[in-house]
This record gives sequence, C-alpha cells and structure tokens, in this order.
Amino acid sequence: MSLLEVSALTVKAPDGRALLSEVSFEVEPGARLGLIGESGSGKSLTALAIMGLLPAGMTASGSIVLDAPGLPRTQVVGAPERTLNGLRGRAATVVFQEPLTALDPLAKVGRQLAEPLRRTRGLRGSALRAAVLAALAEVRLPERVAGAYPHEISGGQRQRAAIAMALACEPALLIADEPTTALDVTVQAEVLALMDGLVSARGMALLFISHDLAVVARVTDRVVVLKEGLAVESGNLLDIVAEPRHPYTRDLVSSARRLDSALDLGAR
Amino acid sequence: MSRRRSATLAVGCVLAGVIVAVAVVSLFWTPFAPDDTSGGRLAPPGPPHLLGTDKLGRDLLTQLMIGARVALTAGLGSVALGGVIGVAAGLLAGFAVRWLDDTVSALLDILIAFPTLLLAMLVVAAREASLGSAILAIGLAMSSIVARLTRVLVKRVLAQDYITASRTSGTSWPRVVAEHVLPNIWPTLLVNLALQLGLAVLAEASLSYLGLGTPPPNASWGRMLQEAQATVLTAPAGAIAPGVLLVVLVVGVNLIADGLRDVADPTRRARGSRPAPNAESSARDAENSAADPGRVP
Repeated sequence: MSLLEVSALTVKAPDGRALLSEVSFEVEPGARLGLIGESGSGKSLTALAIMGLLPAGMTASGSIVLDAPGLPRTQVVGAPERTLNGLRGRAATVVFQEPLTALDPLAKVGRQLAEPLRRTRGLRGSALRAAVLAALAEVRLPERVAGAYPHEISGGQRQRAAIAMALACEPALLIADEPTTALDVTVQAEVLALMDGLVSARGMALLFISHDLAVVARVTDRVVVLKEGLAVESGNLLDIVAEPRHPYTRDLVSSARRLDSALDLGAR
Repeated sequence: MSRRRSATLAVGCVLAGVIVAVAVVSLFWTPFAPDDTSGGRLAPPGPPHLLGTDKLGRDLLTQLMIGARVALTAGLGSVALGGVIGVAAGLLAGFAVRWLDDTVSALLDILIAFPTLLLAMLVVAAREASLGSAILAIGLAMSSIVARLTRVLVKRVLAQDYITASRTSGTSWPRVVAEHVLPNIWPTLLVNLALQLGLAVLAEASLSYLGLGTPPPNASWGRMLQEAQATVLTAPAGAIAPGVLLVVLVVGVNLIADGLRDVADPTRRARGSRPAPNAESSARDAENSAADPGRVP
C-alpha cells in the first residue's frame, strides 16, 4: 500500500499546453524518491499538484492518491478544498526552494513556527512557547531566532526554520522542493544532513526534488527523471548512473562526471 | 537611515500637532465670534486683532482657528469614508473570482477617470454646499484610488510563496488571510491613507475656494484664500496666513506618512546587524511609488 500514488498525472496550462504528461510514480511509507529535472521540467508543479495547490487556471488530470496513516485515503485530483485542507500538513507538506520568500516577511519566526504546532498538537500559551523553542533546537537554531524577523537571520537559518515549520506539521510525506539550491555550498551540506537525519528519525517518507544529481544522490537511491513534463527514466539511482538510457539522463550523468574528474584533477 | 526616518516622523507630528492643537482650542475658545464684524474692514495686524481683519471685518485669527478644525474634519472624514469604501471594494476585488474582479475593476477605472471636480459639483447640486458634501465628494473620489491599490496589494501578496507555503501546511484559508494577507498589505495601505489625508485637506481647500465647500460663518482656508484674493496687495496677511497653515498641515501629514513606512514595516527597520536585502527593499520602494499618491483630486 503506497503512501503516495501518482499515476498518469497530466497538468495543463490555461492555454492547453501540457506542462506534465502522464507522469507516474509511487512513494511507500517511510521511503524516499528523488525527482530530477532541469528548471521548467515540471518538478515543482508536481509538488503543487500533490498538495492540490496548482496556480489558478492550471488543470490536473490523472490520479494522485494520498493514503497516510490515520487519514482517509484520498484522491487529490478534483477533491474539494475542504478535504484537501484536512490533508495538507498532516499527509504531506512542502519545504520550498527560497526560504526568504517562503516565510512571511512581517511575522517573527517564532510566531510562524507556532502556527502548525498549535494546529497539530493543540498547544497554547507557555506549552506552545516551549514547543517552539524545542522545534528550533531540533534544527539547531538558537532561541533568539524565535524573536527575529526572517530578514534578520541568514539564508541557512531561514531554511532550517522552514524545515522546522514543515516538520511541526508531522507529515507522513515531506516534499522538499530544491531545499538547498538557494544556499551556499557549505551551508547546503549542513542543511541536507540535518534534513536527512530528521526525516529518518521520524520515519517520514521523502520526495526530494532537485536539478542536481549529486545532491539527490546524497539523500535517496531511487529517482524519477523529468524532462519537459515527461518522466523519461526512473529506477535505482546507481543503475541509472551506470547505464543512462535517455539522452537527457546521459547529459546529467556526464556533466556530474566532468565535475568529479575536474575536482580529481584539481586535488592532484 | 532609521534615525533620519524617525526624525521625519517627529517633525511631521510636531507640524500636524500644532494644527490639531489650534483646532481643538477653537472648539472652546476663539478671540472673537466667527461672525463678529465689529473690528472694521481690513484692519491691520495688531491688538485686539492679532492678524487683522478681513474685508468684512471678521477677525482673521478666529477664522484661521476655525479653518483648522474644518480642514482636519474634512481630511479625516474623507479618509475614513474613502478608506472604508476603498479597502472594502479592494479586498472584494482582490479575493474575488475572475468575473467579479473584472467587474469591480472596470467600475473603479470609470470612477478614477471621472473628474473629482465634476463629482463634487454633482454632490453639491444634489445636496448643498457644505462640509459634508465636500467630504462625500472627496471620500468617493479617494475610495477608487484606495480600492485599486488594495486590490493590487492583495493580488501581489496572494502570489507570494509564503502564502502557498502556509497553505501546504494546512492553514485554513480564513486564517491565511488574517495571519498573512492582511498584515502584509496593511503597512503600504496605512502609508497611502496618510498621504491621502494630506491630499484630502488640499482638495477641501480647492472645493471651498470654488465655493463648493463649507458655507459661512464657518471659515475654511480655501474660502479665506479666495476672499483675500482681491485685496492681496493691500492686506497680504489674509492670503498668506491660511496658505501657510495649509502648507504646515499638508507637509506635516506627508512627513508622518513617510515616517510611518518604517514603523509599520519591520523589513525597513535597521534593527541589529543585517539590513534588508536590496532586491526586497527596492521591490518595496516600487510598491510604494505604485501607490499612486500623486493624484490631486
């Protein structure tokens, strides 16, 4: 029984252009899947479609079934807003690419973090405040961050805060949409390791979206490769790297190899 | 930067505060009754008429004090009326489904294209020349501008990532609106309403100058300017005094509006070490200039 089952998902733009065509994949409870593709390939759109939050005018067809423990098995495509809102956060939630824009600029971090905590755990007052600080400590953020506005903390700290907010929802599936792309390379590794650890510790499933093969390889071993809205390849990461069948995957692999060998040469 | 801004706010408060104080005092005490013409026509400044009298023999200082009250009433009244109607219509259009948004937007475009002076004349023709009519006309004209701004702000905020992010965590729609949409449109709206207050004061003066505002015996700075026009060379105080007060009030209000921008928006406050990223602050500047404060009704 899959936690997320996407089959023949097609998303059309208002002008009828297909932005995603017949994309299918599954995520088992506690499993991990990487979604790789260049920008414009429909990766983020897939994430939004799963949440039932496609931009106005876009239409989804096909099937997206979310079946989280403790929640009714739900067909997301065509579901009414009320049903979807019951699933969001608890069945799945998203960590976005750019934490500066994904956090409300006019609300302090602590207040934004309190929102999902209050909802999922029903906490109030000092218990809520303690939970906020605990959630910050979990992503290794100091207490003072709770009283800061998003623009007052660094990019890495912002993304940690965003991860804390997503985890506070206690989702069965965490969708990470290029969560480290906006960060410096060194910070990237830290945030990635942190997220990796927290997701494992909680037994969450992870759908990891990225354009970067190397980053995906660090957190997951199963991938789907998207190219212009089509799933051109899917399977075990090692197999795909060893034997890419689609030209685009070959490009991805060889460019990653070029970087590796350049690094090797530089190290020598 | 921040210090300069708070200085702006302080100076603005002092300037506007002087006018407010004068208006409040006029409620309880004026040197003469507004219709007292015992001083003789065009008396020069000096006791007992500190600023002299006008061409009908009325005490100029008394008129100025009552004029301050009228100017503030007109400004605040128009902003209250225009603000309530405008924000309500703007929120409606901003959140509405496409067809309703289009309808409201079309109505707003028509209302904005409609000359404010013509609107004022229609209101006066339907009612009478009074402070209430002036407030009604200015408030209606203002509401279209405020509504358009509110609508754009709502649309802009709704397109932001943090709205989507909040929704992916299961926040209910009313809560998203209350927690994220309204707080994010409020600072810009507040600044714009403050700017509109200054414009409304000027608009009331213009209408009174044309005889479409407050009727005698209550004085209005606009009408005082008009009445003093013929004798400006022989008795300049009658024209200079209301002009100066008008400038003091409008400049004061505009400085307050400028200063409020910082108070209302934490990303503009230089609190601690890290300044707001450039892209963000320049986007905000663009937003504020798009607020279209330059339209004098």
